[in-house]
Amino acid sequence: MKREAQEVETIDLSDLLSRVALQKAAGDRLIAISCATVEGTYEITYSFEDRDHRFTHLRIVVPPGATIPSVTPSFWGAFVYENEIHDLYGITVTGINVDYGGHFYTTKVPFAFAAAASPKAGPAGKETGEE
Amino acid sequence: MSRQIVIPFGPQHPVLPEPIHLDLVMEDERVVEALPSIGYVHRGLEKLVEKREYKDFVYIAERICGICSFIHGMTYCHAVEGVMDLPVPPRALYLRTVWSELSRLHSHLLWLGLLADSMGFESLFMQAWRLREHVLDDLEATTGNRVIQGVCKVGGVRHDVDDRKLHEILDGLDEIRPQLDDLVNVFVRDNSVRHRLGGLGVLTEQQAWELGAVGPVLRASGVANDIRQTGYAAYDELDFHPVVETAGDCYARTVVRAKELFTSIDLIRQAVETIPEGPVEMKVTGNPKGEFYARSEQPRGEVVHYVKANGTKNLVRFRVRTPTFTNIPPLLEAMKGIELADVPVVVLSIDPCIGCAER
Repeated sequence: MKREAQEVETIDLSDLLSRVALQKAAGDRLIAISCATVEGTYEITYSFEDRDHRFTHLRIVVPPGATIPSVTPSFWGAFVYENEIHDLYGITVTGINVDYGGHFYTTKVPFAFAAAASPKAGPAGKETGEE
Repeated sequence: MSRQIVIPFGPQHPVLPEPIHLDLVMEDERVVEALPSIGYVHRGLEKLVEKREYKDFVYIAERICGICSFIHGMTYCHAVEGVMDLPVPPRALYLRTVWSELSRLHSHLLWLGLLADSMGFESLFMQAWRLREHVLDDLEATTGNRVIQGVCKVGGVRHDVDDRKLHEILDGLDEIRPQLDDLVNVFVRDNSVRHRLGGLGVLTEQQAWELGAVGPVLRASGVANDIRQTGYAAYDELDFHPVVETAGDCYARTVVRAKELFTSIDLIRQAVETIPEGPVEMKVTGNPKGEFYARSEQPRGEVVHYVKANGTKNLVRFRVRTPTFTNIPPLLEAMKGIELADVPVVVLSIDPCIGCAER
């Protein structure tokens, strides 16, 4: 069994658009944009693949309430990921080509995956207050 | 220029097993633009990772989808095993490969049946689903379940399948092979099928690649991209070539899926004939710490499972990018310029799984 190399490069937010444009110019495919809450900040990871299956990732780290630019000028189909990140995490994405204005997903709790909405996991992994 | 009107399509429609809504901007009978709305079946399954221990979460991962249940469970296990750098027993990897290909067989037969039904070709629909039952029987006989197999676990698989049973699967597939040949022959050669699907919903190679298409949608546009080529599970030890078509239309997507039936049978045969002896699981101790992106080729295309762990029993983050989710932008492009009556067939041609996409 082969395991793919995990090539994650953390970049500055200010470099995001230029680096994503470079990936596009290199002929890469956007595989996904993922978001994770880590110690009160958000890791947003842009994953790409080239024609030889090389799997690479660009990552930015932003605080809650941050505004990030849309990468849809480079990758038109990225709007599904960016609307999802907005609706689940409350991160504002400016310049999306198809902006659902917060109506991509319907969730019971607004921004259900945001840092403030995450349960506090104890060492045993149980939610605080849960028996 | 004709006056534009907006026609709502879905979320409930006879051709849609699951809910998706499309606002179709029309000029006369032609689609100018389509805007999708999803969110009707968003379950927030990824959030549950904060409440379930990482080993137990396989049960949740398997329930992301009722069609590719096994591959979701396996890909999640690959991700956790990648974080923990676990040496999974080779026999378990071969069994995972066999079950993955059985899943692909039954999923493609299900889709071919749905496509025939959407064209009004009822007898073809029934033949496809009749053959699918045989595959489901094999899954049940080897895992105990038809839909949610529940046989994958972190560090291997839950039980072994003896060689006699594995060869019975091969014998059974040999038995239905002539019927599969007949079925595929109709999908590939029948004039009514070709006439209904040919030249419809075209995606060029460049459009498919740049818009993020995966799986049969991408391969039908001439891109030989199949995640099995990366060599996960036992695929690195099996001989395999992706099925590729170049027309990029609904007919090409159908032909790719139809021909992939035989690729799957061939892979099952290779796996059964070369499966090594040995254990099928390993003892897993400790908790994962780190992150890992795992990819697999589901029947609908590439799926990505991302896990991030901090050394506790619960993962910090579990993220799934399903094939249908990334096939939505290519679908919107493929719908431009088609007639209203063709919309259901083009939507179906990406094999949409909305429950999967919304998680």
